[in-house]
Order: sequence, then C-alpha cells, then structure tokens
Amino acid sequence: MAKPTEFRIDVEKALGKTEVRAHFRKAMDTLMTNRRNQFPDDAALQALRTQAQAIRANALSKLPELLEQLETNLTKNGVQVHWAETTDEANQIVLGIMQKHHAQSIIKGKSMVSEEMGLNHFLEERGIEALESDLGEFIIQLDGETPSHIIMPAIHKSKEQISKLFHEKFPDIPYTDNVDELTASARRILRDKFYAAPVGLSGVNFAVAETGTLCLVENEGNGRMSTTIPPVHIAVTGIEKVVEKLSDIPPLLSILPRSATGQPITTYFNMISGPRKADEKDGPTEVHLVLLDNGRSRIYSDPELLATLRCIRCGACINHCPVYVRIGGHSYGTVYPGPIGTILEPQKEGLKVHGELIQASSLCGACGEVCPVRIPIPNIINRLRHDSVRKDTENTPTQDAGTRRKPLEAAIWQAWSWSASHPSLYNFGGKTATQLRGLVPNNLGAWTKVRTAPKLAEQTLHQQLKALGVDHE
Amino acid sequence: MSQTTNPPKPDTIYFFGTCLIDLIYPKAGVSAVQLLQRERVKVIYPQAQTCCGQPAWNSGYRDEARQVARAQIKFFPKNIPIVIPSGSCAGMMKTHYPELFKGEADEVEALNLANRVYELTEFLVDVLKVQLQDLGEAVEVAVHTSCSARREMGVADKIEQLLGQLSNVDVKEQAYKTECCGFGGTFAIKEPEISAAMVADKTLHIRATGATQLVSQDCGCLMNISGAFAYQAQHEGKAAPKAQHIAEFLWERTHG
Amino acid sequence: MSNARTAILQRLNSVERPVVDVSARESLSVVSWDKAECIHRFTERMQAVRAEVHRSDRGNWLDKVAEICKTKGLNNLLLSPKTEWGQVITQNAAQFPRLKHYERSIEDWKEELFYQVDAGLTSTLGGIAETGTLILWSSPDEPRTLSLVPPIHIAILDTDKLYTTFAKAVKTQGWLEQGLPTNALLISGPSRSADIAQVLAYGVHGPRELVVVLV
Repeated sequence: MAKPTEFRIDVEKALGKTEVRAHFRKAMDTLMTNRRNQFPDDAALQALRTQAQAIRANALSKLPELLEQLETNLTKNGVQVHWAETTDEANQIVLGIMQKHHAQSIIKGKSMVSEEMGLNHFLEERGIEALESDLGEFIIQLDGETPSHIIMPAIHKSKEQISKLFHEKFPDIPYTDNVDELTASARRILRDKFYAAPVGLSGVNFAVAETGTLCLVENEGNGRMSTTIPPVHIAVTGIEKVVEKLSDIPPLLSILPRSATGQPITTYFNMISGPRKADEKDGPTEVHLVLLDNGRSRIYSDPELLATLRCIRCGACINHCPVYVRIGGHSYGTVYPGPIGTILEPQKEGLKVHGELIQASSLCGACGEVCPVRIPIPNIINRLRHDSVRKDTENTPTQDAGTRRKPLEAAIWQAWSWSASHPSLYNFGGKTATQLRGLVPNNLGAWTKVRTAPKLAEQTLHQQLKALGVDHE
Repeated sequence: MSQTTNPPKPDTIYFFGTCLIDLIYPKAGVSAVQLLQRERVKVIYPQAQTCCGQPAWNSGYRDEARQVARAQIKFFPKNIPIVIPSGSCAGMMKTHYPELFKGEADEVEALNLANRVYELTEFLVDVLKVQLQDLGEAVEVAVHTSCSARREMGVADKIEQLLGQLSNVDVKEQAYKTECCGFGGTFAIKEPEISAAMVADKTLHIRATGATQLVSQDCGCLMNISGAFAYQAQHEGKAAPKAQHIAEFLWERTHG
Repeated sequence: MSNARTAILQRLNSVERPVVDVSARESLSVVSWDKAECIHRFTERMQAVRAEVHRSDRGNWLDKVAEICKTKGLNNLLLSPKTEWGQVITQNAAQFPRLKHYERSIEDWKEELFYQVDAGLTSTLGGIAETGTLILWSSPDEPRTLSLVPPIHIAILDTDKLYTTFAKAVKTQGWLEQGLPTNALLISGPSRSADIAQVLAYGVHGPRELVVVLV
C-alpha cells in the first residue's frame, strides 16, 4: 500500500471528530432548509437558473471584449485597473499600491480571491498588517486558520470555541458566550481599525462592463466600511466575474443570496463606480481593481471546462454536498472546498497537487441540481478524472493531464474493456465466476470494514432468462 | 430527464439487465422481465449484452468505456425501447453515451440508442401504466431512490407511484431521503472512509423509520445499504431490514 | 503590468468562442402589485429582518420622525439640510435632538462622526417591495457614511417610489441613462451576521437599527 496522502489523513481525522461533524450537519441542514424556503415555486426557480446561466454564459462568450470595456469604463470613472497573470503578480500590485502610500496596514472585506492569493501571508512577511473585518474571517484569523466555507468562513467553530478564543486573544474583555456581546466586542475593535486604516481591500461579486461598476454583496457592513472609510480602496477579482450589462445584475442578485444563505437579499448591495468626486465628502480618493487570471484563461480555452467559470460563488453546492458535510472544508486542503473546489482547484493548481480531490465525489449530482448557474459539476468531475488518466494529453488544457494514470489500473480497465466488449469472454467469465463464487473472499478490504461482501448468484441472469425461454435474438 | 410525451405501449422491447444484476442479483432481472411480460409486452434479452460501460466512464477511462458501450449499441439495433432495471445504467446510456460518442463515427447510433432508454419504474408507470393488485401481507417499506434515478433520469417519484397502488404497503419516509447512500461505484473503494460514514447514516435513518423492508431501483445502492445492514446485524446484533430491488418486491407481492 | 494584460487578452482571444443560447437572458419576472400590496410586502420583508417601518403621510411625517428620535433617546441627529426632508426638519429643529449637518469632508471630523453621532437620517431614491429594500445613491449632500457609520439609520421613503422589483426600479428610474453615482446602494435591513454559530446578531459594522419612515 502506498503511503496515505495528506488528504486521506485529513479526511480520517475529520470523520473522527463526531462533534464537529454534528455541527456541520446542523449548519448545512439550516442552509439547505433556508434555500428551499426561498424557492417555493420550482418552475420559477428553474426559469431563474436558466436566466442566470444565460447571463453568465453570455458574459464568458464575450470575455475579452467585456474585460476591455470594463477597463475603459472604470478608467473613465477614475478607477485604476491592473492585470495579474499569477497570484504573485497580484500580490506585488497590492504591495506596490501600499508602498506608494507608505501604508503599513490594510483592512479587508471578505474576498476569496485574496485567500487564493495568500495575500495576508504575503503582506505579513513584508511587515504589513492585513486585518480581516468580516466577523467570520476575523474569528478564524484570530485562530490562525483559513476559511472552511466560502461564504461562512467560521462555520466549523462552535459558539463555545469562539467565546474562548475571544477571551484568550482579548483578555481585557470579560468572558462571555453571548453572541450579541461577542459581536459588539468585534465591532468595537474593528471600528478603531477602520478609523485608522490607510487602505481597504474587497473582493467583487459582479463587475459591470457597460457602466464600469464593481458590485459587492454583504450583510455586515464591513464591505461598505472597507470600501468607503480608508482613503485607498483596492478591489481584487478573478477575470471571470464580469457581466455585460447593468440589466444582468438584478437576476443574479435575486438568485445569489437565496442560493447561498437562503436570504431573499443581503443587507447590503454595494455598487461602486468610482473614487470620491471633487464635491463629495467621503469615499476613497483612489480606487484600484486588480484583475487576476491565475489559470482562468487556461480553463477558458476548453469548451466543457469553461462552465467552471460561470460560478458566482454562492456556496450552494457546498451546502448540499454529502461529502463536504462529513469531512468539512479544511480536509480539502484548498482555498475553495466542496464541489466547486473539487473542480476549480485541480484546474487552477494542476492535477499533481489537487488531483486526488476529484475522487472525493460519489457523483450524486446534488451540487449540479442546486447550482444557480447550472454548472454541470458532476460532468466536470468526470471530465477531470478522464484528464487525470488520459493518454492524449495534448487535447486538454488541464495541467498535469495523464499524470495519475497508473499502469496496473490502466491494465485492469483494458482487460475489463476487452472482456465486456466480447460477449463470449464475458459470459464465460460470468459463468465461471458464479461457479467459483464460494472462492470469493469474505474480506474485500475497505468494503467489508462496514459491510458484508456481496455474494455471486448461483446462475447469472443470462443463464436464467435463457432457461426461461426469453427471446434472445 | 424523463420524456414529456410518452410513446404508446409498444409490442416488443429490449431488456438490458446490467452486469450487477447479471452476476449478483439475477432475481431482480427475472422479476423485471416477468413484470413486463405480464403487461403483454414481448421482451427480448440479447444474450450478447454485458455492461453499459459506466465503471470505466466514471473512472476516467473513456476509451475503455467506449469500447464496451460500442458493443452494446450493436447488440440493441432495433428501433424499440430499451428497458433497464437501474437508474444508474439507464443514466449512463441516456445521458452519457451522447457525450462519450461526441464526434465519433457512430455518434448517430449512440444518440439513437440513448433516445430509446427507459428506467424500469419509469417505463412501468409512464408507458405501460401498470395497474397492480397487492396480494401480500401488510408491510412497512422504506424507499431509497438512487441519485442517478433522481437526478440524471428525473424519475424520483416512480417507485412511490407504484407502491401507492399496493393496498397493504405503508411507505415510511426516512430523514435525508434524497441524500446519496455513499455507493458511487468506485467511490466506495477510492474513498472508503467517507463512503462508510455515508452508508452508516443512511442505514441509521432507514432503521429509524421502523420499516422492515427497503426497496430501490438500483442494485448498486442496495448492495451498499444491505451489505451495511448485514454487517450491522452480524457485528452489532441489529435487525437487518430486508432489501430488495423494486422489481423483485413488486413481482413477489402481485403475482398469483 | 501591461504584459499581463496583453498576455491574458491574447490567450482569451485565441480561443474559439463557445456559441451560447442566451435567449433566456432578458426574461423579466412579471409581478404586478398595486401600491397597497407593495407597501405590505415591503413592510413585511423589512420587519422580518428586524427593521422598523412607520407609516406616515405628507401631513404628519415630521412629527413621526421627531417622535422616533425621542423614543430612541437620541442626543443628536446627522442629516443633510438640503434634501426635501432635511430642509423641513432643519426649519423645525426645535422638535428634534441637536441636528448635525454633514458639511465637511470626512477627514475633518472623522472622530466625531465615528464616536459622537447617534443617528443618521437620509432620503432614499426609492424602494423595492419584493425584497424589502431601500435604494440610496451617494451624493455631495448625502455621503455614503451617513447611512453607514452612525448606529441608527433613519430613512425616509416616498411610497410613490416603491417599485415591485430591483429590475423594475433600474428600468423605471433610468439608471443607465442617468449614469451611476460613485456609490449606488441597496439596503435591506440593519447590519447583521450569522458568523458565530449561525446565531443572528445585529449591528456588526453598519447600523444596529434601521428605521424606515414611509411617506
């Protein structure tokens, strides 16, 4: 047996933590119920999904033009646009802006792209404080963790854990497990930080090419604070987030929060079209947008894999995944966990690093069923499984294609294929197998750890139907 | 997805038995054929048939899957329905053959076959419109609809529709009914720990209903769930609900 | 980093574009609620997320706002004296707690704004019935922080500007034709979070309370 991989070890560890598992189950149950309650009319839901899919697919089909249009309009509005091929380039751009302003700290609204960039770590290595202000992100940052869910980053933590953490990190604040009091403490601490922060950072949910507008969805107001209070605002986003028209926004805004947390709408929907104007009294005087590729243009080059880029990061696939609910977000060892991570990470980072994830799916289809933009996630998992073992690696843009092809496994599938496409061989094999069924071991490795071994029948269906005289042509 | 308009009742159909039923659950296949024949449909079972190719397809071995699929296409040439007692194999042929044969010389044949595929319970309800009479004792039954029947074939409610005709059958609904049982073909082998956790929950929820019988339209799920039931009976002394393919259950209760 | 720009665009442009069916893109949800229904839905939604909604009319809105200020025990109220509502309130300052006007740039009075303002009052560009939402556009008179930094946000909504859906509001108000402001904002309740064990908490970073006065 090969040495267990890091993923295997993490999965086993996660499955062993029954309390955390129960916690995840409860959390996902709530999110699933909330979503279901938002869509009482299935026909309306399906129509909205089709519309959202069309909006995103349309945007992707015009992606280079829309990016240029977005850049032109943002520039006209006074926003400075930067392009980055890699996360390192993106980090350098952020650093450069900060250095220009002699900024020693940055306050952040929630941004998965900044997680993808490893921005906090990058800045901290250079002596710059990067502070998360989303309550969930703030909590996990206190504990030196990464998000376990893309929209509820601290979902793996219980109230008791958070209470203890607050007391440990802020000994001056009396211990409490009252959520309102904990929240009030976080507000006070972060208010002072917002007050003083020289630079704010945010992600982008949608970027409107037609108007040069950056849209942000949030509940807490930290997104507004991060993009309003500090004199400099830096937004980071993947190149795929652009949509063509302003009229594309309402349907996407209608389906995103309902799919994500089961809210009809988030508390705030923030549409930013530029820095502070001469006669305005607040808002940043500088706004920057960093457009990050990091493998997206490679994904773009394949007509099937392209669907991955339709994602609007609602997390519904995660909430409905029977694998995620059991192993939690950290086991994936990736920035994006769950089904979306399973398809995105191996494409972004290559199959050598994250190729194992594509086995972590029973292909049950729950993710594809709820995806608001109809990404066929199971089909893409299947495609990546193919990419990982295919021989014609020149026909896919996926990095490290073919590198998971193992000679023994390939030989078994070839033998199986040969037998199952030659009926006489198959029937001989089937008959022989059933005749020798007593020899099948009762120990089938992992299968029989929790199940008994299946028993071969005395006679195959082929034999029985022949005996019954069923027409066989 | 299931057809919006169903064809009239045909005289003759093909039966694709699936490799799992062939080798491990032949009784389910025989029962399915008997159910179909009772509706005065002539059933043809091409003896050359083997497997739909799904195991290789789901493992990424597309050339190998195609070779096997190509053989099946040849074995089912007539323009008549192909009835399959499995949502998973039906889903493979109906939704994945078109992908598997895209751009191949025999793409047309593959599409033609895909269009003729029916999952058994779908065929019984929508095309044959069977009327069942219950001859069995009162029983409480839990239904596990496979993910492929539910999401690929869109025939999630068919078993319940059939059981609804049986006067002595009381369907008990388990918690997390729509959740995967953890089988997933090679998933159970490649991710044994996660799969085990899933089937443990599935058996727990089915037991909690008090049902003494479990039915499904997929033998893969049945092998997984009933294997876990039997293991729990052996090692934990728990009673094992009887697990049967829906065809076998229906035939047992309705033939005189 | 213009190299990155060129390289990215070149890669994207080298791809044979997918043909997509976008026929469903423009479909608009059709809801036709009359004004009463709009008010009803708006109120229901707002209250569901713990916002206060008060009904008033042209004759008594001023008293209503004054009463709210009193009930909340406000020591001061930040507003613009230049809006339709702000003008009248300013003329009747005696009825209100100490009025503060947002007259300087944020840098010049940040500390006071952050720590010494009890509530901000804003006008609204309109409302959305379907989701219980206020539309606010930033302007020199009513800056972004007016509805963000003080712990209580009082918003006045003219019910003639209550639209069924967001799409309808964008279209009817001609957002595209007007050109968007620096910051267009939809507000659908007080600031909230469920990040601690999925327990809802209010007033995380934005206002703890949202009070809507319908006129």
